[in-house]
Amino acid sequence: MTRELWKGNEAIAEAAVRAGLEAYFGYPITPQTEILEYLSRRMPELGRAFVQAESELGAINMVYGAACTGVRVMSSSSSPGMSLMMEGMSYIAGTEIPAVLVNVMRGGPGLGNIAPAQGDYNQAVHGGGHGDYHNIVLAPASIQEAIDLTALSFDLAEKYRMICMIILDGSIGQMMEPAQMLDMRPIQRKDWDWATNGKMGKRERRVLSSIYLDPAQEEKMNLRLLSRWKTIQREEVRYKEYFLDDAEFVIVGFGTAGRVALSAVRQAREKGIKVGLLRPITVSPFPAEAIEQLVGRVSGFLVTEMNSGQMLEDVRLAVKGRVPVEFYGRMGGVVPFTEEIMHEIERITTSKLSATSNPREEWYERMVGMR
Amino acid sequence: MATAISNNLVYERPKGFTETPTHYCPGCTHGVAHHLIAEVLQEMDLIEKTIGVAPVGCSVFAYNYFDTDFVEAPHGRAPAMATGIKHVLPDRIVFTYQGDGDLASIGMGEIVHAAGRGENLTVIFINNANFGMTGGQMAPTTLPGMKTTSSVKGRDVETQGFPIRMAEMLATLDGVSYCVRRSLHDPKNIRLAKKAIRMAFETQARGLGFSMVELLSTCPTNWGMTPVDALKFVEEQMVPAYPLGDYKVAASVAEIKI
Repeated sequence: MTRELWKGNEAIAEAAVRAGLEAYFGYPITPQTEILEYLSRRMPELGRAFVQAESELGAINMVYGAACTGVRVMSSSSSPGMSLMMEGMSYIAGTEIPAVLVNVMRGGPGLGNIAPAQGDYNQAVHGGGHGDYHNIVLAPASIQEAIDLTALSFDLAEKYRMICMIILDGSIGQMMEPAQMLDMRPIQRKDWDWATNGKMGKRERRVLSSIYLDPAQEEKMNLRLLSRWKTIQREEVRYKEYFLDDAEFVIVGFGTAGRVALSAVRQAREKGIKVGLLRPITVSPFPAEAIEQLVGRVSGFLVTEMNSGQMLEDVRLAVKGRVPVEFYGRMGGVVPFTEEIMHEIERITTSKLSATSNPREEWYERMVGMR
Repeated sequence: MATAISNNLVYERPKGFTETPTHYCPGCTHGVAHHLIAEVLQEMDLIEKTIGVAPVGCSVFAYNYFDTDFVEAPHGRAPAMATGIKHVLPDRIVFTYQGDGDLASIGMGEIVHAAGRGENLTVIFINNANFGMTGGQMAPTTLPGMKTTSSVKGRDVETQGFPIRMAEMLATLDGVSYCVRRSLHDPKNIRLAKKAIRMAFETQARGLGFSMVELLSTCPTNWGMTPVDALKFVEEQMVPAYPLGDYKVAASVAEIKI
């Protein structure tokens, strides 16, 4: 167990290399540029493909082309760049091929800033490109988790022939922590029965496209995607639980917001407050069932995010109004302090909360009141 | 009898082509361009190792007609997809087939940068001066004064800009090795077009860099002409606006004997 000091972005890049990445295409954007810079050195020295594209549109379509041949392919970007990649992501979903994308999120909308944020949750989890499809979305909260989830993302993408996204905020991309890197795995080109890598005298020709002019055929294809998604919802949900055994209140937060919440939970525990944390690792598929199972045991939930309550809606869907769900979010690149979450824990454990109130509206009123 | 038929056989379906009937309008030269590519792939024995990238537009179904692996690109992005394929499989032959809406309008960025990087790809560019599939709207290649459904009084360069000459423009880039314009309006020009397509694929097969053949083509349906008049339009109106010729032939490519 050799642990080394790794910067988040570089750890993801090296983990991807060791997981068998054969081609990377990207475009510089803060705070993810170190992934591109690192791979611009690392990939050529291993004889693997690297192209700095002319734009994120170029990058995602290079990913699309290379992924069609059946090799492990990745791109990375940050929020504004990710928006540009949405077109290609929809095509990759429609063509049913695997690819890994990393979004190191920053403050927005628009050009925004380069500080850590989680404002792309809805884009990653509920939408993005046009049409009816889902992505698997993983949300690491530490460098070690970023490494492990990078390896997992390639396996999941290939297993289900779809995009697996890793979303992290700029602070995880930029910070350094000790972590254990993966062992180098040999590249094994698999003989996929769908890959368009040339007939080479071995088989009939193959075509990869996402055109279904007949609406009935398109619907059938959409149903196929949905049926795959049902399997993923059943089998691929991942999350971490902290102090849940005797918890009266549960915080739900992912990535850095979940990590800050864990510090607050530890402080609260020292004060004897029985609060726990559920941190989704897969924000898509969302651990709705795990939250639902807690409903009968706890008095309420607090959702913490670095956005205005995007995952909050998924938690509320799981809770179904049976216990109060409160919300605390910071936006625009502001990272919440442990003390702020602690303050929220004290508020929810000492106030009379309603299961039918609108947590977003009440949070908004409190935020405006603070200004 | 079989011998007699064989002796009289002057033309047959090239092996690079599937048996699927094409969907193109009567008089459209997409079919001619397709056949030339299929013949070249057969002659060069490249069918087994070729991966085509289809565009969006009338030739969106090009993948049905070539007996090679094929992928379907988003509108304009074929050169980026081809770049991705070529970088992971450098020993394969990769070509894009793109119309003017695809290549010169929405995909301008992708084509310029693939050419600028000197990607070892072949691009077949069909210039028929309008957006065919969406019903004949103005393209970047529409001639001044030419009527389309989105330039109903004729393209007014004051308000709608000037045509873009892609072959000339891309030929200025150092990454480009072979960049020519040909026309499909008569048998002589079709033969010259085929030779250019052959040169483009030879350029790629020998690893000499980026190659593009622009082909002046017809769109009788959207031009509102008979097929014969459409061919005349290419000869009389398009060729003067888009002069035929070799815009760039790198020294290494000029040495190729075919």
